[in-house]
Amino acid sequence: MAEGIRDKVVILGMGCTKFGERWESAPEDLAVEAFIECLEDAGIEKKDIEAAWLGSHIDEINIGKGGNFLGMALKLPLTPVTRTENFCASGTEAFRGACYGVASGAYDIALAQGVEKLKDTGYGGLPDSPAFGQMQAMIGPNASAPGLFAQLATAYSAKYNVPMEKIKEAMAHISWKSHQNGAKNPRAHLRKPIPIEQIMGAPMIAYPLGLFDCCGVSDGSACAIVTTPEIAKKMKPNQDLVSVKALQVSVSSGEEALFTDWDGAGMLTTRMAAKKAYKEAGIKNPREEISMMEVHDCFSITEFATMEDLQISAPGTAADDILAGFFDLDGQIPCQPDGGLKCFGHPIAASGLRMLFEMYNQLLGRWPEDRAVKDPKFGLTHNLGGVPNQNVCSIAIVGKN
Amino acid sequence: MVGIRSYGGYVPRFRLNKMIIFGSMGWLNPANIMNAQGEKAVANFDEDAVTMASAAARDCTTGIDRSEVGGIYFATTTASYRERLCANLISGSLAISESVRTADFTGGLKAGTTALIAALDAAAAGSANNVIVTAADCRLGKMGSVQEFMFGDGAGAVMVGTDDVIAEYKGSFSTGHDFVDHMRGADTKYDRQWEERWIRDVGFGQFIPEAINGLCEKLGMAPGDFSKIIYPCYYGGARKAINKKMGFEAENVQDTMQAQIGDTGTAQSLLMFSRALEDAQPGDKLLLVSYGSGCDALAFEVTDAIKKFKPKMGVSGSLARRADLDNYLKYLVWRGMVPAELGLRSEEQRWTRWTLMWRSHKAILGLTGSKCTGCGEPQFPPQRICVNPKCGAVDESEPIVLSEKGGKIFSFTSDMLAATINPPSMYGVVNFNGGGRYVFDFTDCTIDDLAVGGPVEFSFRVKHRDDQHDITNYFWKAVPVVAEGA
Repeated sequence: MAEGIRDKVVILGMGCTKFGERWESAPEDLAVEAFIECLEDAGIEKKDIEAAWLGSHIDEINIGKGGNFLGMALKLPLTPVTRTENFCASGTEAFRGACYGVASGAYDIALAQGVEKLKDTGYGGLPDSPAFGQMQAMIGPNASAPGLFAQLATAYSAKYNVPMEKIKEAMAHISWKSHQNGAKNPRAHLRKPIPIEQIMGAPMIAYPLGLFDCCGVSDGSACAIVTTPEIAKKMKPNQDLVSVKALQVSVSSGEEALFTDWDGAGMLTTRMAAKKAYKEAGIKNPREEISMMEVHDCFSITEFATMEDLQISAPGTAADDILAGFFDLDGQIPCQPDGGLKCFGHPIAASGLRMLFEMYNQLLGRWPEDRAVKDPKFGLTHNLGGVPNQNVCSIAIVGKN
Repeated sequence: MVGIRSYGGYVPRFRLNKMIIFGSMGWLNPANIMNAQGEKAVANFDEDAVTMASAAARDCTTGIDRSEVGGIYFATTTASYRERLCANLISGSLAISESVRTADFTGGLKAGTTALIAALDAAAAGSANNVIVTAADCRLGKMGSVQEFMFGDGAGAVMVGTDDVIAEYKGSFSTGHDFVDHMRGADTKYDRQWEERWIRDVGFGQFIPEAINGLCEKLGMAPGDFSKIIYPCYYGGARKAINKKMGFEAENVQDTMQAQIGDTGTAQSLLMFSRALEDAQPGDKLLLVSYGSGCDALAFEVTDAIKKFKPKMGVSGSLARRADLDNYLKYLVWRGMVPAELGLRSEEQRWTRWTLMWRSHKAILGLTGSKCTGCGEPQFPPQRICVNPKCGAVDESEPIVLSEKGGKIFSFTSDMLAATINPPSMYGVVNFNGGGRYVFDFTDCTIDDLAVGGPVEFSFRVKHRDDQHDITNYFWKAVPVVAEGA
């Protein structure tokens, strides 16, 4: 019986660029920026890295295919580099690869890095691409990401008989909260608090999502160096260590898209990955035990539905928790303490590692008081790539060793 | 007995009041006020001659087992392809056997009736039975032209056969004249017409009587023997003159629907014929005439079986399903007559992979999914392994045509970000009635027509245009069923 990943791998160091419209930066610049910070934090030399995993999603306008980009950008000495691509979970997949490499005993020290350069697209939002293959490109709807996620709201409203006005209010609170948090964070893409009224009154992008219900796209890179607890203790005898408690991925089986049982009001993959992650981490009651979260708020409705999928809010009650401030920075489980995708930014494959960067630094007590989560024990990160009816979900739980 | 077995029609939902055109373009040619009465039917941004002909063909198979269909003859002068048989797109949309005769008839506007005669002859000869003849046109006049006021979009269809005949075929007479009243060159988008007085007096005024007289002589009948005379002619004065010359009473002459639809070109005679059949009584003698590069004249006698067939929509049902297009510029943009900035997102290349299109043509053109023979669950597109998590049967399925099932909206949105010539892009998950689901574009609607649980029907539409390679792709969209006048 497999034991899972709990406490077999610790994070030795992390790095993260400022996210945003990095017009001046090539993807190589972003990769180097995050890597140098990470290397210094880990206190090792480049030659100590035995293997690397590179996450990137949109290869066409980004860094291309394969692992060469990272080897060449960082001048890794003919090191194995494996590229991971799994939609918005690409960064967490890189982290998973590095963790499994270490946990298996194949390597002592491994690097996981996500890099995404999206602002060479020429237009807002993600580049249009046949993300689900040629057949869907021919017959799938003329859609955009906001419109595909927006349908969570119409299906949720119908299933739980929650009026759209209340959903809109809760979504606005989500975005308001992320802007509040992002404003305090010097690395965040968007750093301006936005009043609720402005959020509610913003132009519609895809019904019922308004402008502030949608995260933008950003350039950025984030990375982690991982090793075994034994090695880390030797290298950093006087420091708390952040340990990997759970790593789970769940991928749609087609039943959401093609079979009529799915309720459309949340993600089956998140529900499955969460269940397995809590078990792997030894968490019995997530609402009581999780201290903080960075979840995939590509759209405010995604964060809304995710609160129920993660078993934090009971089915049909997410709006009540959200509006009660349960997920605010001073609430019971702060969600997106760094501003989330909404304000920290969303360079796809860097996002999973960016979330871990926030959890890591919160757990080590490195942030100033105005944005510190008090006495955190477990931090949860969550990515959802694709669209609600066909997607990839990754969940990581980290905590003090 | 050889004749018409069923009939159908299609008029696009949007209607453009001609005074709106005049309001914008009347300055250019104030005399067009004479042409500005009523409205014209205009194809939606995702409709063309192929999709309209498909809709009319589907309409005329109401209640008829499509496995009986023995062929598709498509007539148009506005086909989306010069090489690629559009009749195959239509037969594909009907999900009928591919071992049938398919042909496109084109060139002159009389091609619709020429296709009909070909189908009748084939039925008489026993070489093809139950051929659907479907005609549609979507012609363009330049901004401010007479043709812009004159032309409308629509389709008419009939099925020709030897069983359950509702109108027996009595014979035909044809002429072919290189009389160039209207023309379009091989690469020309807009109609060009010669002097109207000449078209009226020599074109309609001489050729229609010539064809009718030719037919009557051939059949030993007199023009007065017919209870309904169906012929196209845009010009009111010319119609009066022809009626007078031939001795037709006005009430016996089928309305051209000029003020409701417009001149639908190749479809015009079949559209009027289909409308006439809605009112026809056993024993009625129908005279059907077409016009354009010559004429065809055909005689029919309605049988008792007329009472047994009723199309789902018919021309009049389709006419009643209407919505105002209150924006002339929108019409121009839809037709590609004025450039509009759709944003850089719209410029992303999307290649059409013909190998894929062939491999999946039954799914794409015919909305054919798979139905698991283990658990009975329909699924689209077809799946090798059953998607029902409780089943999972492998390669145990049979094809299921989903286009006529209808469905219910499961979730929806209205998207201002997706690049489209007709924003917002509306789409959502639709559950097929009887099982299975897919994400469809919604069309012929506004966001107010969308609600979770709301009923939809499926319509064969232009899915995607690749202007660089001049490729038009087709697929199915969901049309919310809305109460008219609501």
